[in-house]
Amino acid sequence: MAEVLVLVEHADGEPKKVTGELLTLARSLGEPAAVFTGAPGTYAKAKAYLAEYGAAKVYVVESDDVAGYVAAPTAEVLAKLVGDASPTAVLVAATADSREIAARVAAKTDSGLIWDATAVSPELVATQGVFGGSTIVQSKVTKGTPVFVVRPNSTAPVAAPSTPAETPVDIAISDVAKGAKIVDRVAEAKSGRPDLTEAQVVVSGGRGLGAAEHFALVEKLADTLGAAVGASRAATDAGWYPHQNQVGQTGKTVSPQLYIAVGISGAIQHRAGMQTSKTIVAINKDPEAPIFEFADYGLVGDLFNVVPQLTDEVEKRKG
Amino acid sequence: MNIVVTVKQVPDTWAEKKLDAADKTVDRVSVDNVMNEMDEYGVEEALKIKEAHGGEVTVVTMGPAKAVETIRKALSMGADKAVHLTDDSLHGSDALQTSAALAKVIATLSPDLVITATEASDARGGVMGALLAERLGLPQLTQARKVTVDPGAGKVSIERLADNGYALVEASLPAVVGVVEKINQPRYPSFKGIMAAKKKPLTTLSAGDAGLDAGSVGLAGAGSAVVDAQPAPPRQSGTIVKDEGDGGTKIADFLAAQKLI
Repeated sequence: MAEVLVLVEHADGEPKKVTGELLTLARSLGEPAAVFTGAPGTYAKAKAYLAEYGAAKVYVVESDDVAGYVAAPTAEVLAKLVGDASPTAVLVAATADSREIAARVAAKTDSGLIWDATAVSPELVATQGVFGGSTIVQSKVTKGTPVFVVRPNSTAPVAAPSTPAETPVDIAISDVAKGAKIVDRVAEAKSGRPDLTEAQVVVSGGRGLGAAEHFALVEKLADTLGAAVGASRAATDAGWYPHQNQVGQTGKTVSPQLYIAVGISGAIQHRAGMQTSKTIVAINKDPEAPIFEFADYGLVGDLFNVVPQLTDEVEKRKG
Repeated sequence: MNIVVTVKQVPDTWAEKKLDAADKTVDRVSVDNVMNEMDEYGVEEALKIKEAHGGEVTVVTMGPAKAVETIRKALSMGADKAVHLTDDSLHGSDALQTSAALAKVIATLSPDLVITATEASDARGGVMGALLAERLGLPQLTQARKVTVDPGAGKVSIERLADNGYALVEASLPAVVGVVEKINQPRYPSFKGIMAAKKKPLTTLSAGDAGLDAGSVGLAGAGSAVVDAQPAPPRQSGTIVKDEGDGGTKIADFLAAQKLI
C-alpha cells in the first residue's frame, strides 16, 4: 500500500487535534506516514500520539534549520519525501503556516493543490465548500502528487494504535530555504481558549454588544462551554476585539459543532465564515436580522439578559 | 526601493458569488468586480515604504481586460506604474500557474521588495505570497502585521502572526512580504490621484509577451480540475423564539436536547 504523507501539526512537539484527524483520513487513502519537523527535542512529545492515531511510519526531522525559518525548509523536506516515497497524496492542515508549506510543496513537485478540503474520497476526489460554503465543489488533482490542505474538524479522529517505524530524513536544508529567519517568538496575552479554527464550540460577538467591555459576556459564556471566542467584522473594525478573532469573509472560516452568534446580524460577510457550522444559535434583538434565516435556534431578545442567564444555566447543568 | 505590489480583481465582497455553469471557473461576468479588498492593504504598505525610503511602486496584476479598473485604483492611490498580464489563454489558471506567470513578470522588474496581501476574497487560498517566494527564490515574509525596512542595511523584518502572538522574522532584501489586514489603514484615492492615474505608465503584456509557454497556462494546464459543483443545500431556518424572560434557559434546553451540553 502506498504511503500517504501527513504533516504533523504541533506546538513545540505537542500534537494538535487536527493531526489525529489527518491520520484518520490518511488511513482511508493508504498507509499513513507522519512527517514531523520541529526543533531538536520536540519529537518525543509527539511520538505516543502519532502511534495512537495509527501512523505506520514517522519521518522525523528535528533541526533548527527547519524550526528556525518560515515555511520553506519544511516544504523542502516534504518535497524530498514526495520524490523518495512516491506517496499517493500529501495531507496538511488548513492552518496559515501549513497551507503555505503545502503550496510550496506543490510548486516544487509540479503537483496539483487543493485547499480547504472537507473530505477526500478513496478515489482522491476532494470536497470543498467555496464562496463561504454556498457552493460545494468536488475536484481532483490532475498533475503530480495530490497535495490536499484539509480543514480542521472535517474528520472525526479515531484512534488505531500502531507501532510506527521511525525514519530519519537525510536532508540538508538549502541556503535559499533559510532566507526568512525567525529571530524571536513573542507570546501575547494567552487566553487559554481553544484555537478558533479548531474549536468544537465557538461563541462570537458583534455590533449588538455595543462596547469592547461587553465582550466579557461573550468570553464568560465561551469559557463555560470550553469554546473559542470569535467576533464579527463590525466588532473588530470598531476595535472591540482583536482582528485575529474575526470570523467571516475577510477573517477566519470556522466549522464547529456549535456556533453561538451574539448580537450579530448575519450579513454575507459574516455568514461566509461560519455557515458550515453544524448547529447555529443566534441571539439578536432584531427579529428581522438575516441570521435568523439560517440559525437552527434563534432567540429574539436582549443579549444582556439572555447571555448571562444562558451562562448560568450551562454552568448549572454541567453540575 | 523598487517595490512591486500584486493586486487582483475579484467579485465584489458583498455580492453572492457563483461558478460559471460551463467551465466551473469563478463567474466574473455577471457580478460587479472590485479590487480585492485585502490588496488595498498591500498597496498602502507599498506606498508607505516608498514614502519613508523613496523609490517607485509598480502594480502587477494578471486578469481579464477589465482588471485594468483595479490597476487604475491602485495607481490613483499613488502607485507609479503598472503591468497588466492579460490574455484569453490565461483564463482558468490555478494559483500555481498564476504564481509562475506573475513571478516571470515580476523577475523582469528586479524588485527589492514584492508585496502581496494574504488572500483574495474569491479563491481564499492564502498561498500567493508563499508561491511567489518559492518561484522567485526569495525569502518569504508572509502573515506580516508589521513591516520594517532598512534599505541601508539591505534588511527587512516583520512581525508574523502566530496562534498565540507573533514571530519576529528577518531577511535580506530582496524579499517577498505578505501583509495581513489591519497592518494599516488604506488611503482613499484623491480626486487629484484619480486624474493623475490616467497618465501613469501602464504596460499590457500578452502571455507571449511575458514569455509564457502556451501549453502551461489556462484551464487545460491547471493542476486540478472540478469534477462537479452544486449549490449547497440551503440552511433551513430553525426555531425562532421571542425572549419572555427565560430566553437563556430556553437556549440551554435546546442545547441539552441536541446533546451539545
